[in-house]
Amino acid sequence: MALAGRAALRWGTRLPGPCPAAGPLCRPAWLPAARCERPYSSRDEGKLDMSMYPVESIRNFSIIAHVDHGKSTLADRLLEITGTISKTDRNKQVLDKLQVERERGITVKAQSASLFYNHEGINYLLNLIDTPGHVDFSYEVSRSLSACQGVILVVDANEGIQAQTVANFYLAFEAQLSIIPVINKIDLKNADPERVEKQIEKLFDIPREECIRVSAKQGTNVEKVLQKVIEKIPPPQCNTADPLKALVFDSTFDHYRGVIANIALFGGEIAKGQKIVSAHTKKRYEVNEVGILTPNEQPTHKLYAGQVGYVIAGMKEVTEAQIGDTLFLHKQPVEPLPGFKSAKPMVFAGMYPIDQTEYNNLKSALERLTLNDSSVTVHRDSSLALGAGWRLGFLGLLHMEVFNQRLEQEYNMSVILTAPTVPYKAVLSSAKLIKEYGKDQITIINPAQFPDKLSVSEYLEPTVLGTIVTPHEYIGKIITLCQDRRAVQKEMLYIDENRVMLKYLFPLNEIVVDFYDALKSLSSGYASFDYEDAGYQSADLIKMDILVNGNPVEELATIIHKEKAYAAGKLLCERLKETIPRQLFEIAIQAAIGKKIIARETLKAYRKNVVAKCYGGDITRRMKLLKRQAEGKRLMRKIGNVEVPRDAFIRVLKRETDK
Amino acid sequence: APCPQWPYCRKRCSYCNFNTYVVRAPDEAAVRACLVREAQTLLRLSQVHSVTSVFFGGGTPSLASPGTVAAVLEAVAGAAHLAAAAEVTLEANPSSASTSRLAGFRAAGVNRLSIGVQSLDDAELRMLGREHTAAEARQAVEAARGLFPGRTSIDLLFGLPGQSRDAWAQRLEAALGLCDDHISLYQLTLERGTALAAQVRGGALPEPPQDLLADMYETARNVLVATGFRHYEVSNFARKGALSTHNLSYWRADEYIGVGPGKGVMGASGGECVAMCPVNSVVPLPAAAGAHGRFVLRGEGGCRREARVQTLEPVTWMREVQSQGHGTRSRAVLNPLEQLEELLTLGLRTDEGITHERWGHFSPQLSLQDVFGKPGEARALQQSGWLVLDSGSLRCTWAGLAVLDSLLPDLLWQLQRV
Repeated sequence: MALAGRAALRWGTRLPGPCPAAGPLCRPAWLPAARCERPYSSRDEGKLDMSMYPVESIRNFSIIAHVDHGKSTLADRLLEITGTISKTDRNKQVLDKLQVERERGITVKAQSASLFYNHEGINYLLNLIDTPGHVDFSYEVSRSLSACQGVILVVDANEGIQAQTVANFYLAFEAQLSIIPVINKIDLKNADPERVEKQIEKLFDIPREECIRVSAKQGTNVEKVLQKVIEKIPPPQCNTADPLKALVFDSTFDHYRGVIANIALFGGEIAKGQKIVSAHTKKRYEVNEVGILTPNEQPTHKLYAGQVGYVIAGMKEVTEAQIGDTLFLHKQPVEPLPGFKSAKPMVFAGMYPIDQTEYNNLKSALERLTLNDSSVTVHRDSSLALGAGWRLGFLGLLHMEVFNQRLEQEYNMSVILTAPTVPYKAVLSSAKLIKEYGKDQITIINPAQFPDKLSVSEYLEPTVLGTIVTPHEYIGKIITLCQDRRAVQKEMLYIDENRVMLKYLFPLNEIVVDFYDALKSLSSGYASFDYEDAGYQSADLIKMDILVNGNPVEELATIIHKEKAYAAGKLLCERLKETIPRQLFEIAIQAAIGKKIIARETLKAYRKNVVAKCYGGDITRRMKLLKRQAEGKRLMRKIGNVEVPRDAFIRVLKRETDK
Repeated sequence: APCPQWPYCRKRCSYCNFNTYVVRAPDEAAVRACLVREAQTLLRLSQVHSVTSVFFGGGTPSLASPGTVAAVLEAVAGAAHLAAAAEVTLEANPSSASTSRLAGFRAAGVNRLSIGVQSLDDAELRMLGREHTAAEARQAVEAARGLFPGRTSIDLLFGLPGQSRDAWAQRLEAALGLCDDHISLYQLTLERGTALAAQVRGGALPEPPQDLLADMYETARNVLVATGFRHYEVSNFARKGALSTHNLSYWRADEYIGVGPGKGVMGASGGECVAMCPVNSVVPLPAAAGAHGRFVLRGEGGCRREARVQTLEPVTWMREVQSQGHGTRSRAVLNPLEQLEELLTLGLRTDEGITHERWGHFSPQLSLQDVFGKPGEARALQQSGWLVLDSGSLRCTWAGLAVLDSLLPDLLWQLQRV
């Protein structure tokens, strides 16, 4: 089988380039007229015969880049050159299908594509495995990379190496992938490819001669990139004769066909009718369809070792096809591929419908959206002020924002999102609590669960290793900012005469709210930031309560580092004072740690608010206003005898940048 | 109580957002004919037998000629009984209140004058965009007192941007030296869309702090009560029994008929602007009627109280009156709950409050005690000292009156649940 395939490849080659219309084979219906024909089998329904591509002719690679450095544009050109998509002006971010991706210039859901390319008479199958472009998705990136043998590292010729470039490089480097440095946007007026080459040499130890200067936008030198992919990236090391071993590196949900799992075959072959098993869930499935992505799903007879494609096998939920999972043949178990872990939420936030009557609509939107994003965790939650809702866990802040934006754009839902928090941990010392929880260490995602210091030997907070790349003139301000955020400097390196790379260990909660915005604003937008999980560290945590006339407001309770309590308490009290309307009596708004009051604001009583005049045409309008206020009493949250409008909480809980 | 409105002004004041029209030389004969016709039509529809007060509001009704006022009064008297003792008030602007003019109004049947003094300080008057000076205001008041002794009222504004507590105390003292037996004190409201509000929002003028406004109000109440005035409504003070019957009937939720264009016009929407804005008034209901009304359409065989709003724009209003006899733009039947809500909102503004008798008139089934005597919002407000419910009435305490707008939503909410 493999031999036959190879022969077909070597001798049966027709292909890319402006292909002659010749050939006895008719063009499959799914191929646009402008495209070249490809090898396929005439045996049935024009399905591709992937056996024509043995391991030696396969290259699996990703493109990695800092946001906006041109990853998607380069992908568009590669797809065009190889005839995967027709060449038109409309090919912009072809692999980025979501509106949010196009708007933000990021990739949320990785889309992959198989490209066919003839080089020196040999027909190659190049699998471009797209990766999400942000650290929030670093686990997905690492899984995508584990399906590759090499990467194209794209750096903007003007902006040079940025924080995400560094993070992505190390992911690829640690995975021992071949790295092809590409300097993009050389057509720009301020392009300085030479400087970028020096940075790459200094920071990544890649000889500057290896860099390819391209303009993905104009197509300059893009063909050269493809040639390098073939020359520099080794074919996958695996064998079709081995038992099936397939890595799930992404999955999507289709309402008609169920879960579509993107897979990379590390051994064996896969075909319709086979019984397969998930190493993670141990569940068994029958394969309904396999195929490649071009980038739309294109069924094939089989997929062979080294190849990349998709499988549909009656999985009903994306959680059944978790990223990093290994699939194998029933009764032929294999050692699962290393590195699998369930997605771990790093940022939690409450989500509530703006109007409780929208609860069911929001619920179904959440269900549908999480079908496609198994990394979001969902727990039902409720708040006296905001009603019934959920506590959602996200991989990071961007993930949270993107999720929220997708709810709005794809499901037309507007929601209340509370300030994000991070998962703290407590090491319990109280025998009673240990018994109650059945373990001596618990994760706290809701301040209401915060155990008292007396029953805890240590609190832990999650940390991240942050990378900042900045023009050197902003270093002073950035160091001050990092110190304010309790960060510890780990490294400082000039990557060229003007640019510095800083590495800091941050408590995660210090960056979840507004760190990125602060960094951007104090560096006029020039500094870039990226971070990776760095485990937990011991922390002096306390629970801060907010009291209104002595009564605690549970939705405002916060877990916070002791050092930060005073400032945060003051801010919360001030914000609450601005949002609670004056009432008939004085209102004390306090922040407290245990019994100790650490901040206080006083909202004075109304002394006069009766309208001077109330007659004539005003009365109708006035009655309307009063009735609306009377109606509003229904929506007030009563804390003791203080009436707090619901939107007061929303405004207080909102992230600072939304002010 | 008809409230004919004269919707025209010579100049718009900086704080006024009423339905007023600054037009030169309106065709007074045509406006007059329409006011007369509309008063006749609406009085016929309402089948009111007797009219107890007429209030000419505005706009600036004193810009109208006495002949117009006389014509409207004749029309009212022709359609219903207008007692000799009926209160006939005209709002006058100091700049159109010469002795001879005022005498003309008196001859036409006006027996009470409300003068839009607003301030006795020239700088303040300029900021307010008034056409007159403090001296002219004094002259007008003196002239009015000569012609309408014991029946001249003055309007004053407080809480002007930049006005200090002391400045207000001085204005008040000056006003006390000038006034007759009735004073209306209005806190300036910065209405959206007015020149003054724009200046404050733009930062050109300071916004008066809430606590200062509260102090000014408190000071005024104390000073006036100490000098023998009865604080009979949120913004109104009278001594020697000189209460305005027209206004009082409005706060008691009596019937009133608005004649003339617009709804906010004259007496009707009040605000601080009352005195200077154009006129419209008609029937003997409270001054407030202006361009809208509350009355029962007995003439159509009805028995339900209606809320009515007259067409706003004078030219259109005139066309409508000419073609159909009135310019009522919208009418809505008030349901029993809505009537009680209005009664509560208006009645609590007075010192007498809402008497059991008056409540019973609108709510024969459920007494005040039934609604507000039970545990609930009203009870809590009584306990906190804002409200009184006793054998006489439901009313605000001295302190409660100043914060009435915080009490009303609670009370309305309780009423709605009954």
